[in-house]
Amino acid sequence: MMQPLLDVLSWICLLGGAIFLLIGAIGVLRFPDFYTRLHAVSVCDTLGAGLVLVGLIFQGGLSLVTVKLLLIFYFMIFTGPTAVHALAQAALQSKLKPLVDDHEPR
Amino acid sequence: MSRLKHAINLGLFLFAIWVLLSGHYTPLLLVLGVLSTLLVVFLAARADLIDREIYPILLKASVLFYWFWLGREIIKSNINVARLILDPAMPISPNVFTVRAFQKTELGRVTYANSITLVPGTVAMDVEEDVITVHALTMAAAKDLKRGDMNRRVCHVEGVFPCS
Repeated sequence: MMQPLLDVLSWICLLGGAIFLLIGAIGVLRFPDFYTRLHAVSVCDTLGAGLVLVGLIFQGGLSLVTVKLLLIFYFMIFTGPTAVHALAQAALQSKLKPLVDDHEPR
Repeated sequence: MSRLKHAINLGLFLFAIWVLLSGHYTPLLLVLGVLSTLLVVFLAARADLIDREIYPILLKASVLFYWFWLGREIIKSNINVARLILDPAMPISPNVFTVRAFQKTELGRVTYANSITLVPGTVAMDVEEDVITVHALTMAAAKDLKRGDMNRRVCHVEGVFPCS
């Protein structure tokens, strides 16, 4: 009774995560400069990988596997933004000018 | 004396992690786990890393509430950024601005800057004392951050007042 329901939830999360990873990848290609591309990477980092992990947790059930997946999630939450910040900081240090919109604020 | 207490707490925490990760409970492996825990605590003590910052901050209830709030923000802005990526006209308006962090401790500021970066649409580019330089993907994302909601929440979790 429970297993099919868990499987459906799991697949919804896995597919959702895959879609967000794909959207993030499209964003990296479409956005105009380095700094805007970082925002697309953020999408992969958070909701993309996060949903995939949640989907896998539904597969793992109440077991040590789930504990390990939660630990992976925990470390990703900390290392993801650190890596993105390191990239932005490095670009700033090497004097890469961000593309700035000079239109009227929308 | 309190250093010893910190060291013991660190050891217990590390051993709990070790047990959860290994999943083997035979005496030999448990002894090896205790030994490796002791080795890590010894190395941490030698490197002078044992202070109050070793405590996993997630054990405070207010931090959990903050994480739930942050999770909701992340999901909302993820959907926004995904929409921008898929929009054929790509209506982005990248801009750079600075915000002043209300937090008084280094840990609080790191939490705030990391939260900014974690939410898609805003990236912390530079942290200089209490001034954070932020790159935002849209004017709307910038306005959202400038309202200071996240700033105040991190400051309340940090617990060093006043938050302004």
